[in-house]
Amino acid sequence: MSGLRILILGGLFSYRALFGWLSPWVAVPTFLVAPIAQILLFAYLGRSAGLADDGFYVVGNALLYSAIPCVFAMGNTIGGERQQQTLELLLATPARRTPLFLGRALPVIVNGFLVSGFALVAGAAILHVRLPLHAAGGLVLALAVSAYSCTGIGLVTAALALRVRETAVLANVVYGVLLVFCGVNVPLRDLPHWMANIAPWLPLTHGIRAAQHLLTRTGAAGAPRVSWDLAVELGVGSAYLVMGSIALRLLETESRHRASLSTM
Amino acid sequence: MKTLRMIRVAWWLQLKMRSRSAFDGALTIIWPLFFASTAFLMQRAGRNQADILAATAVGASVMGVWSAMSTTAAGLLQSERRQGTLELLVASPMPFAVVMAPTTLAMATIGAYSMISTLVWARVLFGIHVHVGSPVLLLIAAPVTVLSVGMLGFLLSVTAVRYRTAWALGNATEYPVWLICGFLVPLSVLPGWVHPLAWLLAPTWGVEALRGAALGGPVAIDVAVCLLLGLFYAVLGALLSRTLLDSARRNATLALS
Repeated sequence: MSGLRILILGGLFSYRALFGWLSPWVAVPTFLVAPIAQILLFAYLGRSAGLADDGFYVVGNALLYSAIPCVFAMGNTIGGERQQQTLELLLATPARRTPLFLGRALPVIVNGFLVSGFALVAGAAILHVRLPLHAAGGLVLALAVSAYSCTGIGLVTAALALRVRETAVLANVVYGVLLVFCGVNVPLRDLPHWMANIAPWLPLTHGIRAAQHLLTRTGAAGAPRVSWDLAVELGVGSAYLVMGSIALRLLETESRHRASLSTM
Repeated sequence: MKTLRMIRVAWWLQLKMRSRSAFDGALTIIWPLFFASTAFLMQRAGRNQADILAATAVGASVMGVWSAMSTTAAGLLQSERRQGTLELLVASPMPFAVVMAPTTLAMATIGAYSMISTLVWARVLFGIHVHVGSPVLLLIAAPVTVLSVGMLGFLLSVTAVRYRTAWALGNATEYPVWLICGFLVPLSVLPGWVHPLAWLLAPTWGVEALRGAALGGPVAIDVAVCLLLGLFYAVLGALLSRTLLDSARRNATLALS
């Protein structure tokens, strides 16, 4: 019961206290304006390059944008605690680490899901991309699974934040890697071979592929492929969540040994 | 003379201070490279001509200058306020604009590192050759572009003085400026109503001047308009800063954040 309280209430409190982007003055430009601007940037670049239609860029960039809350907020759970000088207090508590940190991931997943959902709908409306009604359920599932797997890599970022002081820089680098490698703006078949080989091991790649498939194909013929992609995306996200939890445990122990928990 | 000395000293001081963080320095260089790489991959996958790839590389090289400026310049005054130095800067005997403009100029100068790194990246990793048509013109166009972007950042910093989380506003201008100013996409692809907006932004002319100097084409008019717009931003920023500071002093709201 105590674990459940830490998971839900602790996660919610920490999200509200540490993720300082919830004020409308930050949330509107960051979560509503910037994703649309990114979609337009790449859609027009895509038109100029003659590579794919607008729908491809709307889906890719909308799903990618879930990484902004997912990666940054998870990084802030450590960076913010350190900045407030509460990290030692937090880690001195007897609370179990799994609900403590996974609880922080739950509101972040919802945030990522809402941001990418808004970006998808608004981007499609602006660029006159038709979102087929029969694909709505699948797209919602793809958004949710992608937000979940992004939060997985966000947890790894949070663990690294125990050693890296600049969590924002770290989160930006993770975002950049996802942008280039995950088939967001360049189809996987057009990426250099070595990049295409890395892509399946990153979150978002399979989620984006599933969503793009849902947008372009009609009928039930593609359903097994979409289901497979979403299942793999879920697996990749879970793998990152496990990696993040293990890394948090290891780096916490190491930080205690080195007395570097609160090093700014 | 005193003003010029002040600008030089403040610019150099800010450049040194802002170059201290290895993390920030690395991000200034790496961040635009992610977007430049994506643009190069897209153009290459689209089987576009070498000259289009070269034009994209030159445009992409300026993205970092604006990236280094947008978020930090917008949050500049709030950052001074948080450090408790805003009152000291306002109380200094030099005009506030002369104190602050070198700061955004230093930010743009740091962004200029990424101009070089992007072109090297394009050459080494993507094999994009930019045969510089006129090195002399390029050496004129590049500093003028950096100067004008610095002054646009100064205007942005002053305009956003009343906005507590101005960094978010600045951050949100990053992609629109890249798009509207034709860094990666020719203006002709964008809707007609965007063009007048693009013409009011100095980076549009700066990028065109750099492309002209690097790939062959007219440069003089683009450089002149870019410089004039930069000066216009500086004058407008100076006037605006005086008005806003007078208001803040009258209402005793300078330190409020």
